[in-house]
Amino acid sequence: MNRISLDNVTKVFNQGRPNEYAAIRGVSLTIEPNKVTCLKGPSGSGKSTLLSMIGCLSRPSSGRIHLGDQMISGLPERFLTDIRRHTFGFIFQQFNLIAGLSVIENVILPAYPLAPDHQSLMMRAHELLARFELDHKADSQVQWLSGGEAQRAAICRALINNPQILIADEPTANLDTKLSHAFMGQMSQLRKLGKTVLITSHDPVVFDSPVVDSVVELLDGSVFLGEEHAA
Amino acid sequence: MSFIRRQRYLVDYILSSMLRRKGKNFGLMLVYSLIVFMLASVMLFTHALKQEMGLLLQASPEIILQRMVAGRHDFIPETYLEKMGRIRGVTERKGRLWGYLYDPSVKANYTLMVAEDQALDATEVIIGSAIARARGIVPGDYITFRSFDGESYSFQIKSLLDHETEIVSADLVLLNRKAYRALFGVGEGVYTDIVLSVSNAREVPKIAEKLVQRLPDTRPILKQEVLRTYDAIFSWRQGILFVLLAGAIMAFVIFAWDKASGLSAEEKREIGILKSIGWETSDVLHMKFWEGAVVSLLSFFIGYLFAYLHVFYASASLFEPVLKGWAVLYPQFQLIPSVDGLQVATLFFFTVFPYVVATIIPIWQVAITDPDAVMR
Ligand SMILES: Nc1ncnc2c1ncn2[C@@H]1O[C@H](COP(=O)(O)OP(=O)(O)OP(=O)(O)O)[C@@H](O)[C@H]1O
Ligand SMILES: [Mg+2]
Repeated sequence: MNRISLDNVTKVFNQGRPNEYAAIRGVSLTIEPNKVTCLKGPSGSGKSTLLSMIGCLSRPSSGRIHLGDQMISGLPERFLTDIRRHTFGFIFQQFNLIAGLSVIENVILPAYPLAPDHQSLMMRAHELLARFELDHKADSQVQWLSGGEAQRAAICRALINNPQILIADEPTANLDTKLSHAFMGQMSQLRKLGKTVLITSHDPVVFDSPVVDSVVELLDGSVFLGEEHAA
Repeated sequence: MSFIRRQRYLVDYILSSMLRRKGKNFGLMLVYSLIVFMLASVMLFTHALKQEMGLLLQASPEIILQRMVAGRHDFIPETYLEKMGRIRGVTERKGRLWGYLYDPSVKANYTLMVAEDQALDATEVIIGSAIARARGIVPGDYITFRSFDGESYSFQIKSLLDHETEIVSADLVLLNRKAYRALFGVGEGVYTDIVLSVSNAREVPKIAEKLVQRLPDTRPILKQEVLRTYDAIFSWRQGILFVLLAGAIMAFVIFAWDKASGLSAEEKREIGILKSIGWETSDVLHMKFWEGAVVSLLSFFIGYLFAYLHVFYASASLFEPVLKGWAVLYPQFQLIPSVDGLQVATLFFFTVFPYVVATIIPIWQVAITDPDAVMR
């Protein structure tokens, strides 16, 4: 089980240019394995930026990120990609499904570069779809899916390589309350399977949910230690 | 093993994404195929003509001697064979009797030639297979020719000329000497021309010189000269075609560059998504390489196939305006299919290779951008 720890991480965009902007300013925190952690905070506080660094989509300007014993900040892109595809599954706010492809094709897409056996890949994909009650839509084009279905397709895609850690950026932003609750239900299922879940959100349905084990609040690129969480 | 499997996944993916962008890809392939078609047509056509020229000349004698009267080709008396005397290096000399006969029913000229070595009766002929096809006749049937004085003569077809030599023999009718004289009203003691066989090609100019000295009213036509004339006309026409095509190629390069390199926002987003879900830059590049390869290979084969059909089964009909001049040299030519490996390779290199490069380079720029772009 890998704990994620951040040590004084900063992210500066457009460094050295007039429009230089420090989106993350010295964040240190620990994300426990097999827990659901929520990053909350107002818009522009740096949630997505932090998430992308944890998920190896980008690198910090300074500071260190450890995944278990391995320091992942500062690794070259090739290694980052390798860690990313084996360790992390991503669910994006816009779902980011590829239009024109069917649900099943979207789901198996992250597995292509790993080139698994096709038959077992399809089996895994169908299992996942069945678990999220989407198997009947396997061959539909993703652009015709409802919001909830697209969400679940995105979850299946995030899980296809069987990652240890699931990262979701504003997963409920396009969902109504009922679907948001359903999503949190799915997250608790994943935690039961031993996954680590990291969610950003400013939706109370998410951060007040009993499923969430701990909440980290961001404000202007720093961890905000408000009273409610001091308790 | 896993490398191959990975490539298979990538090819799978690009095939389905090409189907998603049907309009763009089919438009591109259409223009691409058209260019390959044009270039390949010219190449196949000129190559086949060259081949044919070789065949034609192989069959033709080193020297043809014609008699000139008032600057025009006239019959040559049999006695010239004697008058010529012995010339060193000439291995064989013989007179030929031939002429053209217009057949109104098929609107074509036949070449009638006396064949002494075929042991034909005065009422028998051997014809080229093109004539047999055009008239719908087979050996055993009769064919009727109108003579110079309006008489009709019927001949029984003894056999057809060998299919192999069809280019040279398509319009040929072989007949008996008596039949020839009756049809054309040509008297005894003359030939159309005299042909000389020479064993050593280097002696040909010397022999020609001697012939003109001994028979001042004749003109020797040398195989080498014919070859040179053909070659000159041939190169000139090919040159014109290539100049025309250079324009087309330029247009294609611009078009391909634009189509292949101009990534739509949608495609850029797609690459971002692929990267964020764990594709490496090299996976994206591989995938795009396959896309370029599939488009260009398919277009190449389609274009080449149509060029082949165009040249060998449609008689290169699109080039007729430019190449019509050939008809003077080759009364009714029918090209034998023949493909030159080096030409195929050249064409392949100049069309497929630049295209694949043109697709990859711009993708490179997109593919190396940070994968977190999709989060914004
Ligand atoms: N590539 C970039 N270049 C410049 N500035 C950026 C870049 N990415 C993010 N930022 C800035 O960094 C800040 C934090 O952005 P981020 O997307 O992390 O916020 P967020 O907390 O996820 O907000 P939201 O809740 O609206 O998604 C914003 O002010 C944003 O404008
Ligand atoms: Mg965000």
